[in-house]
Amino acid sequence: MLGLNKKDASLLLVVVILTMFAPFFLNPFPTESAMAQFNAGYPDLMQRFVIFGIFAIGFNLLFGLTGYLSFGHAAFLGVGSYAVVWMYKLLDYNVLPGLLLAVVVSAIFALAIGYISLRRSGIYFSILTLAFAQMMFAISYSDLIGRFLGISLTNGETGLQVYTSDPQVLLNDWETVPHLLGLIEMRSTYTLDLAGWSFDFNAGYYFCAFVMILAFYLAIRIFRSPFGLMLRAIKSNQQRLNYTGLNTRPYMLAVFVISGVYAGLAGGLMASMDPLAGAERMQWTASGEVVLMTILGGAGTLIGPVLGAGFIKYFENIFSKINENVLHTWFNFMPDGLENFVVAIIYPFIGKGWHLTLGLMFMMVVIFLPGGLVEGGQRIAKLLKRGKKDDDGANTATATKPAE
Amino acid sequence: MDAIILQVLNGLDKGSAYALIALGLTLIFGTLGVVNFAHGALFMIGAFCAVTLQRILSISKVTLSETKKNFLGQPSEIKTPYVESWFGPEVGASIIDWSVPLAIIFSIPVMIIIGVIMERGLIKHFYKRPHADQILVTFGLAIVLQEVIKYFYGANPIPTGAPDVFKGSFDFGVMLGYEANAIIYPYWRLVYFGFSAIIIAAVFAFLQFTTFGMVVRAGMADRETVGLLGINIDKRFTIMFGLAAAVAGLAGVMYAPINSPNYHMGMDFLVLSFVVVVVGGMGSLPGAVLAGFMLGILESFASMNQVKAILPGIDQIIIYVVAIIVLLTRPRGLLGRKGVMEE
Repeated sequence: MLGLNKKDASLLLVVVILTMFAPFFLNPFPTESAMAQFNAGYPDLMQRFVIFGIFAIGFNLLFGLTGYLSFGHAAFLGVGSYAVVWMYKLLDYNVLPGLLLAVVVSAIFALAIGYISLRRSGIYFSILTLAFAQMMFAISYSDLIGRFLGISLTNGETGLQVYTSDPQVLLNDWETVPHLLGLIEMRSTYTLDLAGWSFDFNAGYYFCAFVMILAFYLAIRIFRSPFGLMLRAIKSNQQRLNYTGLNTRPYMLAVFVISGVYAGLAGGLMASMDPLAGAERMQWTASGEVVLMTILGGAGTLIGPVLGAGFIKYFENIFSKINENVLHTWFNFMPDGLENFVVAIIYPFIGKGWHLTLGLMFMMVVIFLPGGLVEGGQRIAKLLKRGKKDDDGANTATATKPAE
Repeated sequence: MDAIILQVLNGLDKGSAYALIALGLTLIFGTLGVVNFAHGALFMIGAFCAVTLQRILSISKVTLSETKKNFLGQPSEIKTPYVESWFGPEVGASIIDWSVPLAIIFSIPVMIIIGVIMERGLIKHFYKRPHADQILVTFGLAIVLQEVIKYFYGANPIPTGAPDVFKGSFDFGVMLGYEANAIIYPYWRLVYFGFSAIIIAAVFAFLQFTTFGMVVRAGMADRETVGLLGINIDKRFTIMFGLAAAVAGLAGVMYAPINSPNYHMGMDFLVLSFVVVVVGGMGSLPGAVLAGFMLGILESFASMNQVKAILPGIDQIIIYVVAIIVLLTRPRGLLGRKGVMEE
């Protein structure tokens, strides 16, 4: 099916089903119940799941396949966002021209940055990409190029947004929010109430999900292509490839640009959901985040980055919401002294302490589980000796060597 | 001319911090071959050592005043730090006043212990793993350390003053024969520069003139052979890690009065310090120091108004631009050795 073998086709099918029915899966608890705080099925969060999924899939194409650790991928994310908002400002609120521009502009940036950074490998490559990203962050945060040209290009620290004074040559009267070809508004949501449960079906989410499935399909094709095989060869022994007379640079540059375009697309989708773009999207912590997602999910595997992105975004939201009072209600059944003790132990790791948990979790994964969640799943599957019966089977089939 | 001298001086203190952190990074990289992303966190912990000591010294005994009353009519509280009641008010007050320099003594053992624990507990297991894994695990550790500090000290910067003697600035220009107020330089920044010069000299002297240093240098050049000669090189490298942590910590302690310590100061410095190390040449100690001062001074030159008038905002990107140019023209960095980190 679609040029995929059976295992890949079933993996793609699983992803399609998961994304299409996500509003159901993510809202398993009735709205009135105490467990409702674990629901993640609201539009904003679901959009972030898929957008960061795209970002991580793209990053994984570079890092998972070739082992080149880029620490500056957020630069392309920011560029994509700016491109989309500029299209809003110049044309109208239709997202398609913006996304197209985001793809083109991020490809150009990736080509330039990749051309220079890929002259070096290993730690030098990481630091070069980091330096470029920080440079672009500084440039857009202070709007240096804009100031140089005498216009407002990134609008500095305020962030780029649409003003009524902007040209918007194609704007119609009814346009106030981002939409797709005038057919659907991105923020329009249909809420289905079913006996205590409520499910949100958001147009923007489905648009992003559609793009993610396309991105995922493309990633599978790249993984299975001769091109993908070449990239893996670069990862396992670049020197030997060079000695056999092969120039690896064009391959590396191609995958760097593809991966940059994925990031640009993800950035563009962010601005499509919410017509804003800020420099903080480019900061190196944002680049670090996508590295965390990919490693946590399992670098070099197809489904890993998507899982990692969903995992981090879900827990970021849920953990941040839990506060001391919630903890006290949970451990209410314990004797008072013990309750306070348990709450005091857990408290540093939740709420504002979410980053601490994330850091610890990340360290644990790097130390004990270099293949990420996917490897963890495989190990459990092996332990249970279930073989290739269910989803784990699909994961096993697509998993490759853990990241290096 | 006076403007140039002023910019050189301004660049010195930032350059000193870059040089010290880069020196520690290079020590770790040269000995253990590990890329330590948690080094900025060590710098930050050093700064918080100063904060902690100041707080410890200011622990006060609370007594009730017999004459003064607060607005509720109750006797108001008087806080007397214990050090003041032990050593008398004048000595006690000056001890608190000098808490940042005192923190140097306090921080050295603390930082060495933290460094040794880090190396033995975590990094030891990553020698055989790829560099990417080392980067990732130390990056995770940096996040954890940063969040732990944030949990205990809060997210706001904590002002930590230098001793009163060093407050204010002096007129450097008068000494060189310029008119008054042409070159004004804060005392503490001069102290910082002098201090870091001493530390750098001490590290080099330690490596150059002691037997221990000789063995370490031999180990940096050829670890295997030194091991075959029956020397326990791992133990020495662990101590070097502790030493590198102490250098970063001291840089942080003394930096506390210049920039109030906050939990993310380490990350801010780390990125730049990596750039410094790469520009200087991975594994080259003189290169790290040279590049640190060079980039610090370049940065302050770029923030001159005359330069900014031509290229607005160049001060924020100059370091990265220089790094990119250096890496493309001299891939090994300014003083990089052949055969180090060449993949």
